[in-house]
Amino acid sequence: MVQYASSRLDASFSALSDITRRGVLEQLGRSDASITDLANKFHMTLTGMKKHVGVLEQAGLITTEKVGRVRTCKLGLSRLDKEAAWIERYRQLWDARFDELDNVVEELKRKEKVDGRKKRE
Amino acid sequence: MDARRGSEPTTMKNRTTVERKSEREVVATRTFNGPARIVFEAWTKPDLFRRWWVPRSMGMSLRSCEMDVRVGGKYRLEFEPDGMAFFGTYLEVTPHSRLVWTNDEGGEGGPVTTVTFEEKGGKTLLVVHELHSSKEALDAAGTGAADAMVETFAQLDELLLALDASVGQS
Repeated sequence: MVQYASSRLDASFSALSDITRRGVLEQLGRSDASITDLANKFHMTLTGMKKHVGVLEQAGLITTEKVGRVRTCKLGLSRLDKEAAWIERYRQLWDARFDELDNVVEELKRKEKVDGRKKRE
Repeated sequence: MDARRGSEPTTMKNRTTVERKSEREVVATRTFNGPARIVFEAWTKPDLFRRWWVPRSMGMSLRSCEMDVRVGGKYRLEFEPDGMAFFGTYLEVTPHSRLVWTNDEGGEGGPVTTVTFEEKGGKTLLVVHELHSSKEALDAAGTGAADAMVETFAQLDELLLALDASVGQS
């Protein structure tokens, strides 16, 4: 998870290093938009905007969905990333609980040993 | 996803695995270094249960924990400081091997939790199984993606602020 997170973070940083891409994120924060909309808004060619959108999508900052001939961009993780994040969240919760439960089990084992010794004496 | 395996500490700590078995089911497993009767005790005595159910990292604590562990018996957990409560009924209680309970705080049709304890060579394989009424209910469950998204966006906000600050300076 650490490796996964840090490579994702690297991608996010390099995606955010460009002023146009930061503008695109800000724009998508207000509303979803097609690549054509974005290209017009930022006075760019469609090809240029496609590249920026690709970088943002790779970094997991936005998702795109093609409906008919229009590709719409929106902020946020893809379905797969969301699922992975969900599982990891859930795992972290149980892992933290089970770490504490480990301690309780160890303590009960020690107690049982001491009690057993007392009984034999 | 597999990358996290490399980051597990190499101590005695056993691995916690989580899997979505179906659209409505999620399963968490872990092996404990003790007999089933001890692990079962930690799940059924309120004084023990409350010590691990709310890990410190959750930033919450339990105000009260009542458990009447028998078929048809009720349980109720209340959190501090806001008094948020979790409650339900035990459907099955088989000493040292199986617990089933309902989670009724969300109204009817809440998830059903089944916990099994399987002892092998002095160790216990614990399996926690949650069955939800629908995929949507499971997606929205307490530790859901929504929290992760909030965190992701909080991090993004921080990044953007940091970048703005550095642009402002230059």
